[in-house]
Amino acid sequence: MVNTQTPLKAESKDLNFFYASGHQALKSVSMPIYENKITALIGPSGCGKSTYLRCFNRMHDLYPGNKYEGQIIMHPDNTNILEHGVDAIEVRMRISMVFQKPNPFPKSIFENVAYGLRVRGETNKRTVADKVEEALKGAALWNEVKDRQQDLAFNLSGGQQQRLCIARALATDPEIMLFDEPTSALDPIATANIEELMSELRHKLTILVVTHNMQQAARISDYTAYMYLGEMMEYGDTDTIFTRPARKETEDYITGKFG
Amino acid sequence: MNTTTMPNELINLTISPRLAKNLRRNIKERLIEFILMLAALSAVFTTFAIVAILLYESFGFFKAISLVEFFTGKEWTPLFEDAHYGIMPLISGTLTTSAIALAVAVPVGTIGAIYLSEFASHKTREITKPILELLVGVPTIAFGYFALLFVTPMLQKIFPELPGFNMLSAGLVMGVMIIPYISSVAEDAMRAVPMSMREGSYAMGATRFQTALRVVTPAATSGIVAAYILAISRAVGETMVVAVAAGQQPLLTFNPMDGAATITAYIVQVAMGDLPHGSIGYQSIFAAGLVLFIMTLGFNIIGHVVRKKYTEKY
Repeated sequence: MVNTQTPLKAESKDLNFFYASGHQALKSVSMPIYENKITALIGPSGCGKSTYLRCFNRMHDLYPGNKYEGQIIMHPDNTNILEHGVDAIEVRMRISMVFQKPNPFPKSIFENVAYGLRVRGETNKRTVADKVEEALKGAALWNEVKDRQQDLAFNLSGGQQQRLCIARALATDPEIMLFDEPTSALDPIATANIEELMSELRHKLTILVVTHNMQQAARISDYTAYMYLGEMMEYGDTDTIFTRPARKETEDYITGKFG
Repeated sequence: MNTTTMPNELINLTISPRLAKNLRRNIKERLIEFILMLAALSAVFTTFAIVAILLYESFGFFKAISLVEFFTGKEWTPLFEDAHYGIMPLISGTLTTSAIALAVAVPVGTIGAIYLSEFASHKTREITKPILELLVGVPTIAFGYFALLFVTPMLQKIFPELPGFNMLSAGLVMGVMIIPYISSVAEDAMRAVPMSMREGSYAMGATRFQTALRVVTPAATSGIVAAYILAISRAVGETMVVAVAAGQQPLLTFNPMDGAATITAYIVQVAMGDLPHGSIGYQSIFAAGLVLFIMTLGFNIIGHVVRKKYTEKY
């Protein structure tokens, strides 16, 4: 039931991943990521969904000994971003990430959002200020912090900190945004805010989200992938996965019989 | 019987023997608490005892010598026939050697900490860190003679007019000596910065250097400042290196090319002689010690304030 009219933003082909310990965390995972859609990854703890997500911005490069096999092709470049000739920093400049726990830097609200621009060498004060405002508005945080942008970011509430991290990731106009269980450390109201925000963001960019919360995947995503023990068990549009899953294992997991 | 009135009735309560206070356990707990408190208090008590003796003996000194003479006099010759009691030459010697040492140790120690924490591989760190920390174990007298017999002759090749006893050589070697204090404490502070913060920075497309400088260092500021405070206290209080290599001639100068005595060098020099108890020369040790104590305390307070300010700002 996959809509073939939607352009592909990225796809993984036979992706294997090995941790330095030798443990194979991903086994031949192939999956499309459609442009301006939200793709949700669900599955029990340890199934490899976070590992899969972190391949997209080459986060595993930070730890020695990790090894990728296979391809993650990014469009429109038609480039395998796991290739040795590809600069991980360039990849991260186009594929940004929001983490499980809000991780603001020990800086002011303004400087947190401006970080990506500063790292890119942007020095024009006007440009930085405009971009920061735009990103804070995009993350639905502007009204709450516009009068205290010089305050320390740690003074914000957990939900605000997470939206700040989203603003930080937005400020550099990424093409894909990765969310690693973005609401698992937040209360229900903050969670609802973030979910609404993600639905909004879909018009601007492509989203890949890992979630433990089945309702969340059903609420916000267009496509859902169910992973188990490093393998892609089932992939399809979200309605189909949640109403008529093709596999028994998927149904068991979704209905809570397992996991 | 009306049960609804039951809760309001006064019942004569007794303490069941099974719920009664256990006397033996109570005494044991109290005893343990007391022993723990004694251990903690011993350090506090020693500090107070030192301060009390410093103050007491200095009081005797300042009865004979006015504070004005002590702080404005330009000569320190308590043991001479023509005695002068101006502490300034000792302070200038202490500050100059400490400044030279810190000029060496702060940049090298900080850069070393950044390297070890953010750039070095696990293996490099495992090898380098113990070697650096070994420096701490070298007796300071060895550093003193290293300065006097190796560094000074080397420096004299560059500056032929450099005297055999000089503050430059003593300060430089003292700087090398305290590098491990800074690098070790600062590195621990940097390593304590959570990995999630680094990942956040890398995920924004930052390089290692940008991450180290813009995220890890500000996050570890309070620990890094703590390392500097420790280093300052070490430099100001260091005795053997300066006593051996900088000479013991009190001289009011900030020129590193001169030889001079520091407060500590004076104390060790006089303490090794045989001064009669209660004499003014004997008491001058305590006056000098009090000044040293106040200086160290001052630097610690400044460091504390700076630390507070930075933890608030970042």
